[in-house]
Amino acid sequence: MVSVKVNNLTKHYGKKKELTQALSGVSFNVAPGELFGIIGPDGAGKTSLFRILTTLLLPDGGSASVDGLDVVKDFKAIRHRVGYMPGRFSLYQDLTIEENLEFFATIFNTSIEENYDLIKDIYSQIEPFRTRKAGKLSGGMKQKLALSCALIHKPSVLFLDEPTTGVDAVSRKEFWEMLRNLKKQGITILVSTPYMDEASMCDRVALIQNGAILSVDSPEGVIAAFKQPLVAVKDANMLPLLNHLHHFEGTQDAYPFGEYHHVVLKDGYAAADVSNYLQHQHAQAEVQSIKADIEDCFIALMKQSG
Amino acid sequence: MRTLRFLLQKEFRQIFRDPSILRIIFMMPAIQLLILPWAADYEVKNIQLSVVDHDHSQYSRQLLNKVTSSGYFQLQDYSGSYSNALQQVEHDKADLVLEIPADFEKKLIRENESTLFMAINAINGVKANLGGAYLRSIIQDYNREVRLKWVQLPRFSPEVQIEVTSSNWFNAAMNYKLFMVPGILVVLVTMVGSFLASLNIVREKEIGTIEQINVTPIKKYHFILGKLIPFWVLGLLILTIGLIIARLAYGIIPAGSLLVIYTFAAVYLLAVLGLGLLLSTYTSNQQQAMLLSFFMMMVFILLSGLYTSIDSMPAWARAITKVNPVTYFIDVMRMVVLKGSGLKDISPHLFTVLGFAVVLNSWAVLHYKKRS
Repeated sequence: MVSVKVNNLTKHYGKKKELTQALSGVSFNVAPGELFGIIGPDGAGKTSLFRILTTLLLPDGGSASVDGLDVVKDFKAIRHRVGYMPGRFSLYQDLTIEENLEFFATIFNTSIEENYDLIKDIYSQIEPFRTRKAGKLSGGMKQKLALSCALIHKPSVLFLDEPTTGVDAVSRKEFWEMLRNLKKQGITILVSTPYMDEASMCDRVALIQNGAILSVDSPEGVIAAFKQPLVAVKDANMLPLLNHLHHFEGTQDAYPFGEYHHVVLKDGYAAADVSNYLQHQHAQAEVQSIKADIEDCFIALMKQSG
Repeated sequence: MRTLRFLLQKEFRQIFRDPSILRIIFMMPAIQLLILPWAADYEVKNIQLSVVDHDHSQYSRQLLNKVTSSGYFQLQDYSGSYSNALQQVEHDKADLVLEIPADFEKKLIRENESTLFMAINAINGVKANLGGAYLRSIIQDYNREVRLKWVQLPRFSPEVQIEVTSSNWFNAAMNYKLFMVPGILVVLVTMVGSFLASLNIVREKEIGTIEQINVTPIKKYHFILGKLIPFWVLGLLILTIGLIIARLAYGIIPAGSLLVIYTFAAVYLLAVLGLGLLLSTYTSNQQQAMLLSFFMMMVFILLSGLYTSIDSMPAWARAITKVNPVTYFIDVMRMVVLKGSGLKDISPHLFTVLGFAVVLNSWAVLHYKKRS
């Protein structure tokens, strides 16, 4: 059983001269009840993919189905079953929280009461402000309202397009908690995000870049696929350090990573080799061997494909 | 039905929550109707006249008296030479120069005829035309008076003379307000009907709410009706406010029945709302919609017969007025308000506008897509 099936989907914008290939042959499957992350930088094609899956955009080629329904032929049926939260807050700013929710409930021929248990956890947090206009809410509250509105008709698949972009760290964490709770209700959730650290919150992730999927795996699987030795290096003078690291013969890739520089080494090299190399210019450098986290994996995958 | 009811509820809530829209809706007709008709007057008054009198005779004085007492002309200056007078024209102080030759009186008495010279500043075409015509008719009048004084006419005039007198039907006093107010009201209703509606839909596009609506199973016609009905109601509301203002401020009471006006307005609003809807499907932000609206409004007003007579337009312009819905409503308003026309008289207009409504709305509905 597959909840969302995407098969070789293509989409381009513009005419010959300024052709933008938004999606070039994207394929993946999402199992029912899965929390599936689509991770990629801005302009990777995440929003185009979501708009096709929510029947807002017609694909140029390939096929896709949601809940076993084709996104082109059965778009009417799909609209009853999916919840969509666009990246930009797009509820009525001049209507109150309650009015917005009521409006979307009515459009789907249901009522707030009927599906209250589904949104209770989320909606109860903003319910005290239900007579406030949506435009006057804080970012985190807007997001909760948008999620409530996307859920009010008990969709079987939920599409969240960059829900955590522009949200503070605490709210982001809270939001992922909410998604994990929703998952328990058996809703399939597709989330797109540009933040790689959020990948570990998903059951499975697809890494997308330039309209193509680089890998689809569980976060653990992605990390396990990273086989090369990795070291973290730190010194007082970080910028020249990075330059020197790039010149090291055993370096495959080096990039800044928080307060450290991460260095991916070629097979056969180890942390000790890096220390030796740095002895002259950076005697004080702190070098330690580390385990790759998901971000390192993605950087490696992107470099490989790009 | 429940969906539509909710859509309407939402739409009205939004409209009534936007204080600036409300202000525009109620203030616009009031201000426009109270101010514009006074300014939009075809009669040219206060024409600045510069007189060059070389004669200084009794006759020339009489003529000048007659001209200045007509009310249309103001004697700007009384100069000794034509070049002085022309300078006045060059400085834009005078619109008309009337030169009376030195032997005006002498010639008139001796030779029974005399000449006058008239120079007109044609920068403002309307003023030049009308000013010249007024002055000519005043001089003719004066001419007749002079003759009457001299000649003891025989009982029956030896020459055949045709004198034309006119009487104005339907607007006996040629009151321009009676003519302009209904026309301005039509423009107002059109603005609310088409442009407010199109801006409203484009705004949903701009802030992205239309996206959220499009993923729902809501029906196309529900959404469109949800947008049309509120503005249809608002359009009729503006018409009502306008008619009340016309009655209170100008004492204009339609000669015909109000029912006829409202029947036509109801159909007319469908047509302009269809136009608004169509505009909104072709534009993607409020700025585009606004500019397009301005352009359309200019064409609509200038080619509608509101200010200038359609009959005097070239053939191609007349053809455009035929596809301009505003033309029909202005015509109907004037027919009903001034002449008291009934439903039967306006039925050709009614059916034409109904045709517009059908074409524009179907075009808009076909072109409105829930997905791209």
